[in-house]
Amino acid sequence: MTVARLFLRRLVQALLVSLMVSTLSFFMMRALPGDAAMRVAAARYGHDLVTARAADAVRAELKLDRPAASALFSWWGDMLRLKLGTSAVTAAPVVDEVSHQLGYTIRLALASMGIALLFGLVLGVLCGLWPGSVFDQAWRALAAAIRAVPPFILGLFLIVAFSVEISALPAAGTMDSTSLVLPALTLAVGLSAGLIRVTRDALKSVTESGYFAFARTKGLSLNQALLRHALRNAAAPVTAYLSVQLVFLIEGVVAVETLFAWPGIGHALVHAIYARDVPMIQGTVMAMALLFVCLSALADFAILAIDPRRR
Amino acid sequence: MTTSSAFKPMTRWQWAGLAILALTALFSLVAPVVGGDPLVQDLDHVMVKPSAASPLGTDHLGRSMLARLGHAARLSLLLAALSVLTAAIPGVVLGVAAAWRSRWTDTMLSTIADGVLALPGLLLIVLLTAFAPGRFWPFYVGLSLALWVEYFRVVRASAQSLLRGPQVEASRLLGFGPAYIVRRHLLPELFPLLRTLMTFGAATSVLSLAALGLVGVGLRPPTPELGTMMIELLPHYQEAPWLIAEPILILLFAVTGLALVAGEREFR
Repeated sequence: MTVARLFLRRLVQALLVSLMVSTLSFFMMRALPGDAAMRVAAARYGHDLVTARAADAVRAELKLDRPAASALFSWWGDMLRLKLGTSAVTAAPVVDEVSHQLGYTIRLALASMGIALLFGLVLGVLCGLWPGSVFDQAWRALAAAIRAVPPFILGLFLIVAFSVEISALPAAGTMDSTSLVLPALTLAVGLSAGLIRVTRDALKSVTESGYFAFARTKGLSLNQALLRHALRNAAAPVTAYLSVQLVFLIEGVVAVETLFAWPGIGHALVHAIYARDVPMIQGTVMAMALLFVCLSALADFAILAIDPRRR
Repeated sequence: MTTSSAFKPMTRWQWAGLAILALTALFSLVAPVVGGDPLVQDLDHVMVKPSAASPLGTDHLGRSMLARLGHAARLSLLLAALSVLTAAIPGVVLGVAAAWRSRWTDTMLSTIADGVLALPGLLLIVLLTAFAPGRFWPFYVGLSLALWVEYFRVVRASAQSLLRGPQVEASRLLGFGPAYIVRRHLLPELFPLLRTLMTFGAATSVLSLAALGLVGVGLRPPTPELGTMMIELLPHYQEAPWLIAEPILILLFAVTGLALVAGEREFR
């Protein structure tokens, strides 16, 4: 029942956000200065080959010749059927471009999530097992300091440290596998700083609980008690925290991809804005928003799977 | 007068944050006056080290860093204050309305808020900047549109439980109108929550402006803006590392001050 309701809520959210993005894009198409049809035709066929007939064809295709209200409905209809048009710059279908770029973004997101989970969870568990120790205090102070630094500044620090000072890693592009290291690390450092704190607090509250003391008293070793009683209970708040952090992951992707010239969807969005390529703007923003809604839905279901009391 | 239980005095850390903020604000008021014109280039004196004549040095075009940083800080802080207010007022009003009015109003407003929440704030701002690249208003409108939802959700949730409380019922039975109930029962309880939301909102605003400037879809050069300055000065890091450090420090100063005032748990 709850699962169905959660699913429905996310579905409505996905629909609303698509409508919002598509409506804004529709008005953008009409509001930008100059004749939109001429602009698209020039981008598609080259500036020398634009004729009034080519512009008229584009005008009909983009429904620019129709009154705004009826054009808006058919624009929405196209959007719902995933007919997102063609890029005004490359003339390739937006859906193809976006799905290509989405691969890069997902690689970056997975890599940074992996690094963040590895460091955040391990350090958080260690801090939570010995709260108040020097180890705990040192990592908590460091994590608090790092959390005050936004991802794009972390990115600048990492570029200066690893690419300029010691020339160890490439600062931009996708030449080989090492190109992924700096952007992924940039996003991961901020994420893991928060994770350390949340994991530590969650584990601390579990190990101080009555049921954990009972598990130890009845003779379970520390490892057994941790595996059977602590980890799953601590996993619920950690997952909830991660689902809240998804916003920062998606927002961070825009800044970090552009900073490191990583050809993902955030980078594509920024370039579409330079070029005033409305179909691409619509496609990339919509893809990122839907990615965000899907990940949030996954996080919802993960929390339900971990914690049966919430079902 | 009794004060509400939710109203806590400020901690030492919050006072420290306020002091940091006040220093940043003072800098943004004094530096533009002392530093001169932020746009005038002096190509004979580029990347001059900080000295008595130019306290923060000059950038790669010989412009006074003191003046540029002062103007940039002023822009960030003003924008933060402005967008926090324009997001807070409709957010609070609609939140109270959703808690007070019929179920239908609540469902409609909450659905809209849910839809806005599905679009990460920075994306909404970037989408609006596409309407008028390099201009100020899309950023401001986008930020306010993204931020009001936070106020709406928090105010709606706490107003719902407050309005069901015995003190509100007593006031109603005594014949007091909605204006009195809002002023006497809702706002004092909501104020501490709003303070936290407003400081977080201000930090979001400062960071978003810088992030957009950094990726090049924010304000256009030569407008002095922290993020644009960072990306302009990055290529000169090897000759003049202190130059890029200056806007970064100002930004971290402002953001840390705001985080401390918000009373983030981890700083205590």
